Amino acid sequence: MKILIPFLTVIALILLVAAGVKAAGLELLFGVLIPYAAVAVFAVGIVLRVVKWARSPVPFRIPTTCGQQKSLPWIRQNKIENPSSTLGVIARMALEVLFFRSLFRNVKTELRNDGDRLAYGSDKWLWLAGLAFHWSFLIILVRHFRFFAAHVPFPVRMIEGLDSFLQIGAPLLYLTDLIILGAVTYLFLRRVALPMVRYISLPADYFPLFLILGIAGTGVLMRYFTKVDVTGVKQLAMGLVSFTPVVPEGIGTLFYVHLFLVSVLFAYFPFSKLVHMAGVFLSPTRNMVNNSRMVRHVNPWNYPVTVHTYEEYEDDFREKMKMAGIPVEKE
Amino acid sequence: MAKFTAKPNELSKINLTPRRKEWMDTPVEIREHMYCHPAKIKDLQTVDFSHAREWKPADEDWKLPQNWEQIVLDGMQALLKKYRSFQVFMDICVRCGACADKCHFFIGTGDPKNMPVLRAELLRSVYRGNFTLAGKILKKINGARTLTPEVIKEWWYYFYQCTECRRCSVFCPYGIDQAEITMMGRELTNLLGLQIGWIAGPVAACYMKGNHLGLEPHTITSSVELFVDDIESITGIRVEPTFNRKGAEILFVTPSGDLFANPGTYTAMGYLMLFHELGLDYTWSTYASEGGNFGFFTTNEMAKRLNAKIYAEAKRLGVKWILGGECGHMWRVLHQYMDTWNGPADFLEVPRSPLTGTVFDNAKATRMVHIAEFTADLIRNGKLQLDPGRNDHLKVTFHDSCNTSRGMGMLEEPRYIIRNVCNHFYEMPEDTIREKTFCCGSGTGLNASENMELRMRGGFPRANAVKYVREKYGVNMLANICAIDRATLSASMDYWNPGVQVCGAHELVANALVMKGEKERTQDIRLEPLPGEEETENV
Repeated sequence: MKILIPFLTVIALILLVAAGVKAAGLELLFGVLIPYAAVAVFAVGIVLRVVKWARSPVPFRIPTTCGQQKSLPWIRQNKIENPSSTLGVIARMALEVLFFRSLFRNVKTELRNDGDRLAYGSDKWLWLAGLAFHWSFLIILVRHFRFFAAHVPFPVRMIEGLDSFLQIGAPLLYLTDLIILGAVTYLFLRRVALPMVRYISLPADYFPLFLILGIAGTGVLMRYFTKVDVTGVKQLAMGLVSFTPVVPEGIGTLFYVHLFLVSVLFAYFPFSKLVHMAGVFLSPTRNMVNNSRMVRHVNPWNYPVTVHTYEEYEDDFREKMKMAGIPVEKE
Repeated sequence: MAKFTAKPNELSKINLTPRRKEWMDTPVEIREHMYCHPAKIKDLQTVDFSHAREWKPADEDWKLPQNWEQIVLDGMQALLKKYRSFQVFMDICVRCGACADKCHFFIGTGDPKNMPVLRAELLRSVYRGNFTLAGKILKKINGARTLTPEVIKEWWYYFYQCTECRRCSVFCPYGIDQAEITMMGRELTNLLGLQIGWIAGPVAACYMKGNHLGLEPHTITSSVELFVDDIESITGIRVEPTFNRKGAEILFVTPSGDLFANPGTYTAMGYLMLFHELGLDYTWSTYASEGGNFGFFTTNEMAKRLNAKIYAEAKRLGVKWILGGECGHMWRVLHQYMDTWNGPADFLEVPRSPLTGTVFDNAKATRMVHIAEFTADLIRNGKLQLDPGRNDHLKVTFHDSCNTSRGMGMLEEPRYIIRNVCNHFYEMPEDTIREKTFCCGSGTGLNASENMELRMRGGFPRANAVKYVREKYGVNMLANICAIDRATLSASMDYWNPGVQVCGAHELVANALVMKGEKERTQDIRLEPLPGEEETENV
């Protein structure tokens, strides 16, 4: 059920848009109105989400330290894994966000010899698949900017060139298209096949995988197999970004399926776990400097508390203290 | 309650593959030997905790307060607004599973709800159902569930099966820290009066008497007096510690556990000998006689209330700076919380070692130095005369405490000390030390006796790594810098690796320390014959 519900939901979404475009002629709805709405929901939703996070203060400085602290000058500090400066934090965050540093650390724990020996082995598959997926997603996203600009910007052309450097087929094969399909498939299979991961997975973990598989799949179909009318697509895209929407004839249902699934992804984003994209930057265990003993961190809601004072303590124990030869304030 | 009798080879048959049944449909089973007794009413009342009552974890009815649901939801709302960590960690987990097999309690029990991600989902599911739109509409499809008394039982059972060690946080791609989530969970259980005795007792004792063990001032001095006698019989030197002395340069604060039971007492003797040899102008305090902070395992407010004594006492005595002993969670609190709670410590001076002149810039605001930093600096500057041969009967390995490694980053200082005072030092496997170190299995106030199965299971990964170096190098001494470790690892070694002993780093220092005017030593700090002295004893 955990897998079936999200799978059927994505199928239903595809059928909905196909029927809407083919049978009811709702190109304007799926080609213009829904994409606009989705982008609006995405933008407003993400902003609200980040504002919500930001409004909760960070009362304590709680970095998780993963290396040697700065202490004595002759002990070599790990300036990135245990940063004591903003620069160190920037490096730590950059490694985390761009290269998934923490996932790279992953080890697999195994119990061997009938419980006699715990063994730890490097396990980098999740790291590799995660990195492959996120980076190819980003590159594909950037490549799509060619649809939104009259003259394709140089960086986009450069990325396209690199992505198709194998020079296979016509149109040229983009490596990232293969990689994203492979990586998402791996991430799905892993969720199903590894008992621990399967156990913790929710429908909300499968849904985005199916959705992205649908998006990448329809994209690949359009580019390499059905050869979508690229001019029409660009016309529609340019219309959208210039706020003079047009709905060209004959782009084909497949395109609307693709666009609708992208719209769903955008609209779904702020309400789902996908907000980790923004959240990782606000994670106090990663984005803080480990200098708690050097610079006082202020908690905005710090309030006075009742304590058992020394005077009360001495009142409780004065005679015993005197007998033990401990100095007291009041004789 | 029947005695815990399971043998190690039975306990280590662990199946890490979860059952097929969905976790939300698996009711919590409160198992004997896995949980601690509830708090005593009087202990909760001493510190004004609410809803103190008689209740039993094994009972069906936990006598929750009438409006328990409202209390919990209001409590969650308040915590979400106070802690960005909580709010963000509730929202961004993708359940990738990287943390799953990193938790010592999961490895040791195979209970899927001990996977950090799932332990967090216990709370997150209620968060979704009550605080998110998608959860309110989609309910279970979106991983949301209703708050029931069963959920509260599950929270209590599993949030007291987490030692806030932060190992999961090292591996999480977003740094999600189960320690934070457990702290929030415990704040919530505390609102319902569901505290455990092993935490509430020390908290009340610390509040009234200054330390977890409830040692009264005269008991502290007489305990130390016994150490002084032992030191004299070992070295021929009578050290003269002072208590609550105004005008001392340094206030020394250490966990009270080291004054109470072996092998912590040997570490305390090490401090006394070191400070005497240095001629340090320092004082102990009977009022601030606790470095640790069991309040930290209840609520943030309680932790602050207990911690306040350290600065208050430093101010009253007019010392220049504070030196802290070997302890784990104590240093998480001192390093990451104390100054924020009870600072600024502007009445103190930036710590400067009177022996070496080293200024501890890394503690220039908090003005409290860890003794491992202090001693490492002494050794580096040649201020100590050391004879590491006196530790030649020991093959030593070092256990990094969770909090000093992942909540501070003190990795090299203790190693530097140990390498200088011992000739035989061996590291455990790389994935089990430093930032990847395993918890002793009994931190955060879980070092009771009635939950011994939980403790031994949680201690299994650490013990198994010790077993490796014991078999490979003949390691017979597990050194550490934590008072709780000294107590809990002793039990864990007796169970998993009989024959391996446990000590603090400063016990090893004390053995090696050549003191001015000492007699020829024939015994180590444990009053056992030194290497080469065994035969003379027999004559």
